[in-house]
Amino acid sequence: MPDASQTDRIAAILTAHDGLEGPLLPILHAVQEEFGLIPDDAVPQIAEHLNIGRAEVHGVVTFYHDFRDAPAGRHVVKICRAEACKAMGGDAVAAAALAKLGTEWHGTTANGKVTVEPVYCLGLCSCAPAAMVDDRLIGRVDAGKLDAALTEASA
Amino acid sequence: MSMTFYLPKDASARAMGADAVAAAITKAAPDAKLIRTGTRGMTWLEPLLELELDGTRHGFGPVEPGDIAGILADPQGHPKALGPVTDIPFFKTQTRLTFARVGVIAPTDMAAYGAHGGLTGLRRALSMSAAAMVEEVKASGLRGRGGAGFPTGIKWDTVRLANADQKYIVCNADEGDSGTFADRMLMEGDPFTLIEGMAIAGIATGATKGYVYLRSEYPDAIATMNAAVIAARKGGLLGDLLGSGQQFDMEIRVGAGAYVCGEETSLLNSLEGKRGVVRAKPPLPALEGFMGKPTVVNNVISLASVPTIFANGAAAYADQGLGRSRGTIPVQLAGNVKFGGLFEAGFGMTLGALVNDIAGGTATGRPVKAVQVGGPLGAYFAPHQFDTPFGYEEFDGAGGLIGHAGITIYDDSADMLGMARFAMEFCAVESCGKCTPCRIGAVRGVEMLDRMKSGDPVAQEVLEDLCETMRDGSLCALGGFTPYPVLSALRLFPDDFAARKEAAE
Ligand SMILES: Cc1cc2nc3c(=O)[nH]c(=O)nc-3n(C[C@H](O)[C@H](O)[C@H](O)COP(=O)(O)O)c2cc1C
Ligand code: SF4
Ligand code: FES
Repeated sequence: MPDASQTDRIAAILTAHDGLEGPLLPILHAVQEEFGLIPDDAVPQIAEHLNIGRAEVHGVVTFYHDFRDAPAGRHVVKICRAEACKAMGGDAVAAAALAKLGTEWHGTTANGKVTVEPVYCLGLCSCAPAAMVDDRLIGRVDAGKLDAALTEASA
Repeated sequence: MSMTFYLPKDASARAMGADAVAAAITKAAPDAKLIRTGTRGMTWLEPLLELELDGTRHGFGPVEPGDIAGILADPQGHPKALGPVTDIPFFKTQTRLTFARVGVIAPTDMAAYGAHGGLTGLRRALSMSAAAMVEEVKASGLRGRGGAGFPTGIKWDTVRLANADQKYIVCNADEGDSGTFADRMLMEGDPFTLIEGMAIAGIATGATKGYVYLRSEYPDAIATMNAAVIAARKGGLLGDLLGSGQQFDMEIRVGAGAYVCGEETSLLNSLEGKRGVVRAKPPLPALEGFMGKPTVVNNVISLASVPTIFANGAAAYADQGLGRSRGTIPVQLAGNVKFGGLFEAGFGMTLGALVNDIAGGTATGRPVKAVQVGGPLGAYFAPHQFDTPFGYEEFDGAGGLIGHAGITIYDDSADMLGMARFAMEFCAVESCGKCTPCRIGAVRGVEMLDRMKSGDPVAQEVLEDLCETMRDGSLCALGGFTPYPVLSALRLFPDDFAARKEAAE
């Protein structure tokens, strides 16, 4: 059973999006912003409110890379894996970061602190390689810059 | 005397440390005026600080917080002084029509927008009939900058002539192609230009509602566009357009990390709240688009080029360019590049002029091995093809495409088998799953490239067959064009694929 507060918070999000054309993606973004993931039992509640099938909502949640079914670590590091960053040694930066943190792509460190996600282009291809630590953008990223950003984010 | 500084707030400038520079200025010169702008597009100089001296903006870059004291003490004598920004050759040799205000004004300052030529196009459009407006776009020769190069005026005419109670303008701001960032720089640097272009499209086609579908990977652009929409409503650029009685309003919608949602029908599904699977065409989105209604789907740069076309006339725009590629194109210089950034110029420059002269070759100083033009679905080019002029037909003739006009440069250390493998891997990760050649073919493609790497003699033939199947049997260009980078890498750099074979033996 979802707890009452979760149900109420989702209900508030749903009402706030009433009247939009095609409201499902904005709703899912808002739910994830609120809870850090899309809770399983949010799906039937959203489906009922929008008068669509649960399977349809579930299908949408799973189609998009952004929506999580498990919480992320306290900090999210996104490292660009796309071509322009590869051309500037982005793969090596990513491999070193994963090794240092002791995790895999999409994985979270054992202490729950850092999740590492691949991203396919941040639009920073003229100062590649690029990464993001939470909402902080980093161009010409290397191990030192990534470390510094993580330290700053944890402070 | 009060001082005025200009410093970009563009994501690329922030990624290179612009916010720390801003803080240093505020601390060292609390009375100075600091205006955060878009970027001039010279990323290798970011953070590129500008100081107004006798009415001219002088550049300094790349600036670090520690430079501020020295710049304040002796601006012109500072080692990072670049002189007047508009005299820097990379900037001076451009033809900035679409990006005229980007890097110049504060992005969401409506008064500055008007003072720098904004709204002129909309005013003229409001005095014209819808048919005349569409004719103007046709006469400009503008073609879709999202990749396919379809004539914008013809698309608008289809929507204009369609009969419906509601029509839509949808701006494709999904910009998923690696090596491209023109949409981002435009939205972060001059969002009103995009809004004005969408409003003009609305009047011309009879659409009263617009959406910008903006990728979630661009948080700064999302924030700027949202702020701009609010400011535009206050300033008469949305709602009742300049008090004319014509209505147009819009919303910003955020994507959710699916590359395929840049494809226009997948985008429309996503906007409607569905899975982003590609729709079969027909029906054309122009007739049955968002919510089944007639819809213009245009790229950011296509729409943002409309205000200059209306402000200065179709002929002035069409004067630029080469062959059937009219007007200007913002070329994005990316990857292993010495002078990386955005360069807007008329079509027709050769690839070599762009890569060697404008971009200055590689950042590492090593020889250029290959360039990929047009994002992850674009072909690789080798230096012997650098005489290809930048134009839709010209690139098609050379076995490639200009796509969204990103050029990603690689030095001689690039591993082209690895790049071909990545193209297949990307297609597998991002496939919408609707057609088998794309969904399964891409996974098999990765396997074949791994087998080539370990020296399997038959893998190449299987790979080439697979590419043919993907090209002919895919519904959209994700599956259909992934063979471009794969096969061009194989043809141009056979040694990268063969050397592994010998090493394994
Ligand atoms: C897989 C795929 C991804 C695409 N991504 C984009 C994109 O990010 N931005 C864009 O404007 N067009 C993209 N397109 C092209 C669009 O389908 C469409 O042609 C374009 O939005 C039309 O606008 P235009 O005529 O102004 O170029 C993509 C196409 C495919 C097949
Ligand atoms: S080619 Fe791939 S992405 Fe395009 S429609 Fe087919 S399965 Fe979907
Ligand atoms: S390819 Fe990495 S930021 Fe664009």
